[in-house]
Amino acid sequence: MNESGRRFGSLSSGHIRVYLGGSVVLLMIIAAVFAPWIAPHDPLEQDLISGLLPPFWSSDYDSAYLLGTDSLGRDLLSRLIYGARIALIVAIVAATLAAVLGTVLGLLAGYFGGLFDTTISRMVDIWMSFPPVLLSIILVAVIGTGLHSVIIAIVVIDWTRFCRVVRAEVLVQREQEYITSAVTIGLGRWTILWREILPNIVPLLITLLTLEMGIAIIVEAILSFVGLSVSSDQATWGGLIQEGRLYVHQAWWVMTLPVLCIIASVLAFNALGDGLRSILDPVMRR
Amino acid sequence: MASRFLLRRLLLILPTLFGVSIIVFVLLRVVPGDPIAMMIPPGASQADIDNLRQLYGLDKSILDQYLIWCSAVMGGDFGISISLRQDVVHLILSRLPATLELALSAMALAVVLGIALAIVGTYWQNRWPEAVVDGISGFNQAIPDFLWGLIFILVLGVLWPILPISGRIDPRTGIEFTTQFYLVESILRGEFAILIDLVRHMLLPMVALALPLTAVITRTLKASLFETMTQDYILLSEIKGFSRWRILIVEALRNALIPTVALSGVQFNFLLGGTVLIERIFSYPGIGNMAIGAVIDRDLPLIQGLIITFAIIFIFTNLLIDLSYRLLNPRVANE
Repeated sequence: MNESGRRFGSLSSGHIRVYLGGSVVLLMIIAAVFAPWIAPHDPLEQDLISGLLPPFWSSDYDSAYLLGTDSLGRDLLSRLIYGARIALIVAIVAATLAAVLGTVLGLLAGYFGGLFDTTISRMVDIWMSFPPVLLSIILVAVIGTGLHSVIIAIVVIDWTRFCRVVRAEVLVQREQEYITSAVTIGLGRWTILWREILPNIVPLLITLLTLEMGIAIIVEAILSFVGLSVSSDQATWGGLIQEGRLYVHQAWWVMTLPVLCIIASVLAFNALGDGLRSILDPVMRR
Repeated sequence: MASRFLLRRLLLILPTLFGVSIIVFVLLRVVPGDPIAMMIPPGASQADIDNLRQLYGLDKSILDQYLIWCSAVMGGDFGISISLRQDVVHLILSRLPATLELALSAMALAVVLGIALAIVGTYWQNRWPEAVVDGISGFNQAIPDFLWGLIFILVLGVLWPILPISGRIDPRTGIEFTTQFYLVESILRGEFAILIDLVRHMLLPMVALALPLTAVITRTLKASLFETMTQDYILLSEIKGFSRWRILIVEALRNALIPTVALSGVQFNFLLGGTVLIERIFSYPGIGNMAIGAVIDRDLPLIQGLIITFAIIFIFTNLLIDLSYRLLNPRVANE
């Protein structure tokens, strides 16, 4: 990324991306954690007389519902805030678990090599040749719907992203002089792996983890859109899109608002990840 | 040499399909949830439930069920869909052409766009068109087809409604098709008004599917074009006085395409996987849309039939890509 060298005033573009992405992510975290206090309504509270009310910019909007209502008269703002909760839970839990699984396997495969490495690498290749969306839908079909299934599906599919990159990075690190020194002074293999190599790939891991959170948000949205995530009365961004799709000609905002939430959060996680990469990576920092 | 390779690849298909069938069968037999429970009306007697179980063969052991299923599948019988109460093969064949037309059009669009962008980026290397090409690819890749589909619906279907956002054809079009390949058939029959309606319906899902793939093709091809342009034979063509366009398109492209072709098999499979969602978003009547319905309804025979169908397409795509890879790259063929 040559633009990481470009500077705007005293800030590098990496810092700008971290601040921009980070503040959107922070906003999302606040909304998710404090949802019960921030949301003006119960996300499940129906008001059938005031269904599909328009948001504040319209002349016939109801001041009780800032962003309007869905077809059952449920407050959209509250449903979006509670949707951020599900999205964030999936993003954090699934991405972290996928990172742990992929990193452990990648470290072992890269450092010890041999049959284990061959097996793992072959598995990663086969895994990555499957279309992920199809695979996740089949997986959820097998293990059943629900929040845990969405998380399991993401972990089972996306550990390969971490494994492949970590393995390649370990192969590079293994040849560095500091490892030769560590071997010379008699450190054990596990000590070298956990104490010397792992800390050196942490910046890479943080970047990958952030990017994976963006991916996890999309996968959760996809699965709740097709009705294979949490139960349908719970507020999710994907579920809102699915509902808004039905009424898109009468009330386009019902679908637009969750789509904007997803785009904003995915771009934020991407910006944060890319920015962190250019700040944390000493080679790219130059 | 080539025929032996082809034969070996064709023979490999059988064990692969066998493996897929076992995995599919076993996986879906451990699925929680009872398909019979979803079919019966409330208050059905135990005898009715048992009858249904017997009717669908769900009372036999798993091994017996697999053997019965397998021998039926060999004879082209995938059973009866539980939710739609129709023959699975008939259902799939009636929907498959719609998906194939959509996926192949999207692939063609992605290939043409991707190659064009890569050539533009290489021709004006280090000038503003290259930056534009990189910008477009970066944006295309950051946003998945799912979001593209939704954005298109909102922008081109609702806010500025110039294109239809659901279905495959205007239901008021009173035309009887003899095949399910509407696009091909309307071209062959010279029904151009119908063709335009079909293309208008297909345009948004097609572009949504094509954009992420376009980014991959542009990036891979551009990288290999850069590399090819530094080769000696290109220098020779420059000395001969050929124009830069001619060198790029006639001399460099063929060799530079090899890595892109190698990649496009997996990429086509990804695109096909993407149709599942895109068809759902645009209510497009293909097998992808059907697959999600089948999963939601826990329709085991239909799910199995669909997965096997996807697997067969994946296998043949890979075979085709391998063959064209060897055609393009004689060095592999001579090994």
